[in-house]
Amino acid sequence: MEEVIAPSRLFGLAAAALIGLGLFGVVVNPAPLRKVLAFNLIGAGTFLLFGVVGRRGAATGYGADPVPQALVITGVVVAFAATAIAVMLVVRLFQTTGAATLADDGAYAGDNAERDRDTPS
Amino acid sequence: MQTTPGGVLLPLALVLPVAGMLVALPLGARYARVVALSLLPAGLALALAICTMVVRTQSPLVYLVGGWAPPLGIALRADGISAAMLVTAALVLCGVGVYARDVYVTPPGTAEQRAPLAFWTLLLALWGALVAAFIGGDLFNLFVALEMLAFAALALACLDGRPSQFTAELRYLLFALLGSVLYLLGCALLYGTYGTLDVALLSMLSRADAPTIVAAALMTVGLLGKTALLPLHLWLPPAHAGAPPAASALLSAVVVKAAFFLLLRLWFGALADVAFVQGAQLLALLGAAAIVIGSVLALAQTRLKMLVAYSTVAQIGYLFLMFPLVTADPAASAWTGGMLQAISHALAKAAMFLSVGLLAEAMGHDRIDGLAGMARTAPRSVIAFALGGMTLMGLPPSGGFTAKWLLLQTAIATGQWWWSLVILVGGLLTGSYVYRVLQSALSEPPPDAAARPAMPAGRENAALGLAVISFVLGLLPLAAFGLLQIGRLGPGGA
Repeated sequence: MEEVIAPSRLFGLAAAALIGLGLFGVVVNPAPLRKVLAFNLIGAGTFLLFGVVGRRGAATGYGADPVPQALVITGVVVAFAATAIAVMLVVRLFQTTGAATLADDGAYAGDNAERDRDTPS
Repeated sequence: MQTTPGGVLLPLALVLPVAGMLVALPLGARYARVVALSLLPAGLALALAICTMVVRTQSPLVYLVGGWAPPLGIALRADGISAAMLVTAALVLCGVGVYARDVYVTPPGTAEQRAPLAFWTLLLALWGALVAAFIGGDLFNLFVALEMLAFAALALACLDGRPSQFTAELRYLLFALLGSVLYLLGCALLYGTYGTLDVALLSMLSRADAPTIVAAALMTVGLLGKTALLPLHLWLPPAHAGAPPAASALLSAVVVKAAFFLLLRLWFGALADVAFVQGAQLLALLGAAAIVIGSVLALAQTRLKMLVAYSTVAQIGYLFLMFPLVTADPAASAWTGGMLQAISHALAKAAMFLSVGLLAEAMGHDRIDGLAGMARTAPRSVIAFALGGMTLMGLPPSGGFTAKWLLLQTAIATGQWWWSLVILVGGLLTGSYVYRVLQSALSEPPPDAAARPAMPAGRENAALGLAVISFVLGLLPLAAFGLLQIGRLGPGGA
């Protein structure tokens, strides 16, 4: 049977869709945890794109290029560390203030009473 | 491409802070301080040695990791701007080290606290990441450096553990994460198009086709978020103003500069032969808006730290004026002007954040209208702030004057006079907000001023030292800045 769509193109489109969904999530969701998850979705799309690039063999002329795999492994480690730090910050924010959103922008700039307590004395 | 003589200095500069961090962590707070403080001068010496080698050979230092040449291997490459930024970062780190020596200290006989250990280890981590960003010759390696830098900077900034810090830093982290993932996406596209991510190789291969333009746009937007250029600046003022003074100084002085440095690597390195004329104009337009809006917002602040943070937003705008100027005229002056602005702002802003930290500590708050009499209580801190402010204004003989003069000159020479208006207006606005602070600090002290405790001399000297260096930078002969031209890729290169 004839291939309807080349695998690399299919995965490329899937990567684009993941990145689009993730970007939408990061921009639209006010909850930091959801933003972090959406960021991971963009990351997954990017890694998939690296996979497609590796499969296509890039400009090297090989059947499959191993370099993008090495890049993806490093990228996954970095994204994991980033997610861990972000989740830690969200948890600490919730523990200290009870807030689970970043919607309140006035916490620092506007509220002088709170800032007074913040500055070293 | 081969490892050049003296190239071995590059991995050494990278290994020094990383090894220091690994040693410091298990040793505990007391020894972490000793390790960091003894390595910082060594790092400065190493940066100066790299600088000397680059000037002597008039060509970039290259080190091939493991002897593998790109595209398969990874090259470390230090050209003129790398050497200059390495020295700048080392100076700022040393200044911050001297400042923090008495802050994050564990006196004999007391139990070790978490904050000093975290500070000194993270300082070493930040230093390692900065070196990696300045000497990386591979776009993916630069991505890893940028991530390490963001993690270290973030943890340093919320060291005090106050709720407002968590909010500000979470917002900073979200900007940083989105920025880095967009950068990585651009890397994937570039690798798919050219099969390499080596900056020097890409500068020879790159062409203006669709994937390259999309990749360049994604990476530029990602890096703009990390540099905090105007529409993406919202995270910067609370994050930088809320951090402890030593961390604010590092964040504003060198961390944002590293992201800017990567942008230069991309635009005038990897994609040097692809001229994005409209893109460059757009960046400068955003820069101009940042200068005007950032300065006006700085003028409107009632808090000293917020004023200095908004001044960073404005001063970052100047950096982006160099893009259309260098694109129009690849010759020396706009390039030197832009880099000199980055360097003098780094030194001046570090000095200003340190002095503001000292003033806030002495006063117990950082309201500008409560500064009265501080010029008498803390003359050195106020002088450091004033000298830093004069560099930002662009008064001769400061480094900021030479930088802005060179940008102004190129703007007129290339027929883009409108940018010169922005530079002049920005200078006036900067003068206004620096004057506001100084006027308040120089006014009559309140009756209770005599009860203020004496200022810590060592920490004041750290701020003053950095301010003086930024101020006398303009006294160097212009030929000394020929360093910045060494090893440039693309049309402007030799």
